[in-house]
This record gives sequence, structure tokens and C-alpha cells, in this order.
Amino acid sequence: MSILVNKNTKVICQGFTGSQGTFHSEQAIAYGTKVVGGVTPGKGGTSHLGLPVFNTVNEAVGETGAEASVIYVPAPYCKDSILEAANAGVDLVVCITEGIPTLDMLECKVVCDQLGVRLIGPNCPGVITPGECKMGIMPGHIHVPGKTGIVSRSGTLTYEAVKQTTDHGFGQSSCVGIGGDPIPGSSFTDILALFEQDPDTEAIVMIGEIGGTAEEEAAAFIKDHVDKPVVSYIAGVTAPPGKRMGHAGAIISGGKGTAEEKFAALHDAGVMTVRSLAEIGSALKEVAGW
Amino acid sequence: MNLHEYQGKNLFAEYGLPVTQGVTAESAEQAVSAADIIGGEKWMVKVQVHAGGRGKAGGVKLVTSKSDIREFADKWLGKRMTTYQTGPKGQPVSRILVEPVTEIANEFYLGAVVDRSSRRIVFMASTEGGVEIEKVAREAPQKILKATIDPMTGAQPHQGREMAFQLGLEGSQIKQFVAIFTGLAKMFQDKDLSLLEINPLVLTADGKMHCLDAKVVVDGNALFRQSAFKEMHDPSQEDSREAEAAAWDLNYVALDGSIGCMVNGAGLAMGTMDIVQLNGGSPANFLDVGGGATKERVSKAFKIILSDDKVRAVLINIFGGIVRCDLIADGVIGAVKDVGVKVPVVVRLEGNNADLGSRKLAESGLDIIAADGLAEAARLVVKAAERS
Repeated sequence: MSILVNKNTKVICQGFTGSQGTFHSEQAIAYGTKVVGGVTPGKGGTSHLGLPVFNTVNEAVGETGAEASVIYVPAPYCKDSILEAANAGVDLVVCITEGIPTLDMLECKVVCDQLGVRLIGPNCPGVITPGECKMGIMPGHIHVPGKTGIVSRSGTLTYEAVKQTTDHGFGQSSCVGIGGDPIPGSSFTDILALFEQDPDTEAIVMIGEIGGTAEEEAAAFIKDHVDKPVVSYIAGVTAPPGKRMGHAGAIISGGKGTAEEKFAALHDAGVMTVRSLAEIGSALKEVAGW
Repeated sequence: MNLHEYQGKNLFAEYGLPVTQGVTAESAEQAVSAADIIGGEKWMVKVQVHAGGRGKAGGVKLVTSKSDIREFADKWLGKRMTTYQTGPKGQPVSRILVEPVTEIANEFYLGAVVDRSSRRIVFMASTEGGVEIEKVAREAPQKILKATIDPMTGAQPHQGREMAFQLGLEGSQIKQFVAIFTGLAKMFQDKDLSLLEINPLVLTADGKMHCLDAKVVVDGNALFRQSAFKEMHDPSQEDSREAEAAAWDLNYVALDGSIGCMVNGAGLAMGTMDIVQLNGGSPANFLDVGGGATKERVSKAFKIILSDDKVRAVLINIFGGIVRCDLIADGVIGAVKDVGVKVPVVVRLEGNNADLGSRKLAESGLDIIAADGLAEAARLVVKAAERS
């Protein structure tokens, strides 16, 4: 078991024949991911990396039975690509691209929710179930199959947590980068709920950062709905308050969003918090009794 | 991307919103002749910087003579203004806005932002204006009126009416407010804004709703389809090193410490700063070289870090996912050869091609301290900075 993806998940890639799509699809295939084809409009009927290329996601899903799509298309075209995938009937869309306009994501999120499609990202490393399926840009070799579920807003911080759980010999059940954008397709809460239900996940690492209120919302969720041990690190304690314009940001957040407030909310929810990024592995050992 | 007040007001005017149109000036002479163009016997003069809190800092003034205008212009032009929303260095003032005076009967707050929590554009209104608005939000958030905009239908007039009645507006003021509300909502979506604020929105002595200020922030990710905004960009409002870094697609923020940090990924960059501080050091900057780092960009980044003479040691912390560590090594070696480096450099490479990168650095003959793991790297760089 794992969350979101496993060795049977049939994956397609949008932006398949571009440089990013090509490089990361090669890596995914080498990792053992069941990539069944890709989509590049206008190149349908050809083949790439030994796999069929389709003009539309509809066609790709119809021909291959794909259940998940990973998107590497440039930011200006991502809204269209996400909506195309969601409407074509895949269950999971993972968008790696960074720099998507926020208002595009507002609309994508509404449509994905209506259609019951799970969206991960954008601006994220993707999703991996070690040893089974890699949808994204994370370096596969640092992961080993195991019992820690990792969820993070930051790509490189996810890798840091992965390395520590690998070095300690705990391994990972699945790792999900939800992305650093203001409007992510999936929140901490969405992924925590999946880890709580997953029998292979014995403990959870949640890595947040300053800004927004996603960590506070996650803390409230953990308090009521998560029984598994959780270790959390929040990046940005030392980040200086940025220059800002006007009051609207402060009003909407009601003064929340600093690292200290997030640490306090998580601590209050029974989460083991660490102040040093380098201590995630040892904290996990302590809290999970491994 | 932030707009100046005068740029925001031009945008408001484009949408037919009731807004004061003034004249901008970059010298005392221009400011005086601006008053002539506007006419009348009293004017508002307003410093144009990318920050709120200008009024309390003395950057907004009612003047009644040309000599007052000249005095205000001499006081501010070419200087820096510090408000509670700027950093300690403040923002440079290169322009002031001269406007006719509006007679005010009542003041309100109206703002809009993309709310991460509800994943919607949310409008906020209040009878409290000014800085007090943040206090109200903290202590009595229920007193802030909110309207959530459905991304599929856009703002509806009834949402504006509801706010208007609750604000205590009456008669034709209701209709005026609704027009402002729906106009702003349309502008927010058309122009890819991320923040919009009118503080204050006023009711004039003759019963008109009027936008007295305009704060507009544009979503930087949307500039590819909002090209008109590119010309409005004012790099003088940013730290010069930050602006230079931005031109190279590097995310750099100058800080006051002594340890230069070069990291890939914003999260890891913050985490690195945190761990440097935990070890008793103090970061000189935040720098994310990003996922698509090329040798040239890494080299540029390294030079920007070294251009800060407070830097006593540099920590390079790379966890290569897409970024190849050998390429980072090439960039660092290139930069050091170009500009020389007099401070110790601690390097921790992990992930993609980390071994190759470490080997390149070791063989370069440069004075580089290799670290195994993040905790050790932080310890070493803090020690190195103390010695140098």
C-alpha cells in the first residue's frame, strides 16, 4: 500500500516530447514507473521513448487506460493542460511547472473539485512511492521503500527529509510535494488524511514554511483526525518580515502565518516539532519509537 | 509586482472608477507647475513609494501655498522614506503626486486579495480606515465585512449591495458603491491582480463615493499576458542587488548578517538560514538559485553574494533534484576565477551528480571547505566566519 500512486498506476505525460518532459519521463521509466504514453498536440501517432504519443489527453486515456497525468508544459499553457486532463477522466493530475498565474489556479481548483480529480502542485517536485512509481522531478535514488509518509510545500526540503529517513533506515511509504504556490491543488490536510488511512504509513513528516495558514489548518486537522505520530519542521523562523503593500494581506490572515505561530499550533496539536532541519530523522526515531 | 499610487489610479480611471487624477512631479519645479495645472488654492502632495503608512511618516500632506509644495518636494525628492511597511532602509522617493483636495464626509476601507484559505478572491470592507484596520482584523475579525467572489460567475451586484448597507451607506451612495465594487472585481480578474486596496474610500461632502488612494499589486506570474505592466515596473523601489539578481531569475533578499548563503529551492534556502542562526551565525542574504540553474547564473549569484562587503564566509548548500551539482561546481569555480574570493567557502553538495561536483571543487585548487551533511556545514561556516 501507499498513497496516490503504486506500481500499477498507468501514467501519461503532458508535454511529453519537450525537453523537461523527455528528461523526466526517461528518469521515471528507468525508475520503473508504468508510463504508458504521452501527449503533445500535433505529434499524435508518432512514438517517443518507445511509447505512443497522442494529440489529446482524451485519446491517450481512451487508448491506454491512463489513470494519472504528470504535466511539464510551460506555465502559460498549464491551466488548459490541467483542465484537459481533469476532463479526460484521469484520477490524478500532478503539475510540476512553476510560475502559473494564481487566478488560473483558482479556476483549475474549482473544476478539479467538481470533477473529483485530485490535483497535486503546481510548482512542486511531484509524488513518489519508492520502488514503485515516480511522477515528478525528485532524484529517485535517495528514496527507499519504508514506513514514513512525507508531505512538504518545498521541493528541496522534501529531499532533505527523504535523505534523513533513508539514512536512518526508516524509508518512505510515499512522498508528496504539494508545492509552494498560494493556491495548491491539494493541501496538507488532504494528504494527511490519506497517510492516516494508509496501513503502510506508520509516521508522518510534514514540512511547512512561513506564509499562509495551511500549517495552522493542518494542525487543527491533526488534533481531531490523525492518530499516527507526526514530526514537523517549519522553514523561515529567521526570515525577516518582508516589505509589503497595504493591509489586505494582514487582514485576511488575521495576523497568522509566522513560523512561531505555526510551531505553536502544531505543538498544541501534539505534533513533535523540530527547530533544526537536520533533526527530522532523529525526532522521528524518538516519536515513532523506531 | 507593485504599482505606484499614480499608476494604480490611472488603472482605476481606465475602468471608469471615481478617482482623483493628479499630476506627478520629479522635481520641485515640476511640483509647483503641477499645482498650476490643477488650479485652486490647496493641494494634496503625496510621496510615491511602494509601501503603506506614508501618512504617518509625513509623506502625505495638505498644502496651501506654492512655497509649501516646494518645501515638501525638497524635503522628500531624492531621499528615502521609512514606514512600518518598509524595511529599515526605507524606499527611495523619486516622484511625488500633486492632487486636488477632496472634501471628506466619511472614510471607509475597501480591499481585495486572493485568500489562500478559501481559495477565492475575497473583498473586505470596513468603516475603520488607516492602520487601525489591522488591529480590528486581529482583535475583532467579525467587524470586517467580507465578500467571496465565485471564480466561475465573478462578483455579483448583490454582494456589493450587502456590503454597502452594512457600511451604513444610503440612497445613491449604494449604487455608487456597487459600481465601484463590481468594477474593481472585474479589474482584479482582467488584470491578474493579487492585491487591491483603497484606503480610504471616501464619501465626499457632496455625497459622492470616491477612491482617494490606490494600492495595486500585480501577480508577477501573469506578466506574460499583462505586458502593459512591464513598463510600469520601478526597479528603484527594490534593493539594487535584489534587482540585479531578479534580472538573472535569481531570488535574492539582502539581510544584515555575515554569512552569505547560496541554496537551491526557497524552502531549503530558508531552512539553511534557520540552521545557520541556530548555530550562532547570522545570514547575510537569502538566495535561491532555482531549479533551472545554469553555470552562468550560479556564477552571477556567487558574485552578487561576494559584492556584499559584510560577508565573512559563504555557505553553498545544494540538494540537486533537477540541478546538477557538477554544474554548480563549475559556476562557483568560474566566479572565483573571475572575481577572486577572500572569504572561506563551505560547500555541501547532495543529490544529482554530487560526487562529480565535489570532485571538481576538490581538484580546482580553490580554498573550499567540503562539508558532509547540513548540520556540519552550518557549524563549519559559522566557525569560518568567526575566524575570517
